[in-house]
Amino acid sequence: MRNFGFTTTKSRTIDYEKIDTRLISYILQNEPSFNACLSCGSCTAICSAGNLTSFNIRKLSLQIRLGDIENTKLEIDKCMLCGKCLLECPRGINTRNVIMLIKKGLNIIDKNEI
Amino acid sequence: MIDVLIIGGGIAGIETACSLQDLGYETVIVEKERTIGGHLNNWDTLFPTHRPASEVLEYYTEETRKRALTIYLNTYVTSIIKLDDGTFEVNTSRDVIFHSKTVVIASGYSLFNAERKEEYGYKIYDNVLTSADLEKKLKTLNGEFKTPTDKVPEKIAFIHCVGSRDEKSGNHYCSKLCCVTAVKQAIHMKQICPQADIFCCYMDLRMYGPGFEEMYREAQEKYHIQFIRGRLSEVGENADGTLQLKVEDTLAARPSKIKVDMLVLMVGMESPQSTALFKETCGLQCAPNRFIQPNDHHIGSNKTNIDGLFTAGTSIGPMSIFDTINHAKASAITIKNYLSRN
Ligand code: SF4
Ligand code: SF4
Ligand code: SF4
Repeated sequence: MRNFGFTTTKSRTIDYEKIDTRLISYILQNEPSFNACLSCGSCTAICSAGNLTSFNIRKLSLQIRLGDIENTKLEIDKCMLCGKCLLECPRGINTRNVIMLIKKGLNIIDKNEI
Repeated sequence: MIDVLIIGGGIAGIETACSLQDLGYETVIVEKERTIGGHLNNWDTLFPTHRPASEVLEYYTEETRKRALTIYLNTYVTSIIKLDDGTFEVNTSRDVIFHSKTVVIASGYSLFNAERKEEYGYKIYDNVLTSADLEKKLKTLNGEFKTPTDKVPEKIAFIHCVGSRDEKSGNHYCSKLCCVTAVKQAIHMKQICPQADIFCCYMDLRMYGPGFEEMYREAQEKYHIQFIRGRLSEVGENADGTLQLKVEDTLAARPSKIKVDMLVLMVGMESPQSTALFKETCGLQCAPNRFIQPNDHHIGSNKTNIDGLFTAGTSIGPMSIFDTINHAKASAITIKNYLSRN
């Protein structure tokens, strides 16, 4: 192949047909309310970890929907499980349970069980 | 026996009574307050034209006077009972019982009590107001606008969806009018405090009506109102009385801190307690949002599950003034059809 002097990177376009749905499906099976998220940001604004680090629980939820499992692995351990986000959510989502499910789901994926 | 007993002397009740009177029916209005006009009495200006609310109120006061409508003020309904012959017995707080062929519930809405959202600091911090408080303040404004702690504001924030779209408040529905009211109030504040930076923190902007989107654009272009897409999570007070807001700017995907001199909470609309009482006394059907359930959303929105019992205005859910007036006119026609059939 001809060398043009640059390399192509992975496309930035979201391809909804190629999303890795393993983690999101696992979460939704166990916590269907997760689908009701409005992306309002109340959880992020109140988040203990988010005020100290770049951790953003709302954004992470979106990335999980888009199948970004690698980044989720790096991020999720920043959560302190304090549960403040749970008190805020206007849609009544059990965000703490979502976080527990993310952790469990990642484990299962690692073991190739889903 | 009167033809139509109307519960509520706000705009919906008055318009229904005027329209029915013009069609030749005898009406009586029962109003719990000492004046007619309902919430409009406390409002300064109306969207989308910024016209004074008093103009609409004066119009209806004049229409009432012209027709010499019968109105019982300071009177509230304690029960509605449907009798075996299909007519109604309506008991009130006074020594008067009405018998009527039909009843219209035009008892409107209540405003969400912002104290229920403790994290927003209403009645805890001086400079937290509700949208209704701001209207009252503007209505009686004399001279320069100052915050409750007597400062000319340099930063003001409006918070959308307070007590609406919020499971924690027990209100999952959208109150429909607070978005455009926030935009209207933000423009008004910028006009009278041109030096102030004004923020609107929203989840979605619902500019559903004619002229609303235009107002929103004007707020951006002409008045430089800053719209931040994020819901307020909590408020704290600084030593100097300013307020510290925690909101995620979701479009930038970063938590943000905003310091303001005054915070305005856009309180939502709730079904009034009287509706719950009517539900109890006559088996009226309510929707999950606690407002009255229309018999048919599309072709029978003035009808209820009870024959002869009708609605006008916000007793069925949040509605603007112009929608309320139209709903009240529709109620009159629906009642006319009912009375001429029976
Ligand atoms: S439980 Fe985790 S995500 Fe939720 S507020 Fe606490 S640190 Fe943030
Ligand atoms: S508070 Fe609830 S609805 Fe809002 S972004 Fe977080 S999870 Fe979603
Ligand atoms: S109209 Fe706007 S502020 Fe009011 S409840 Fe609906 S989205 Fe929220």
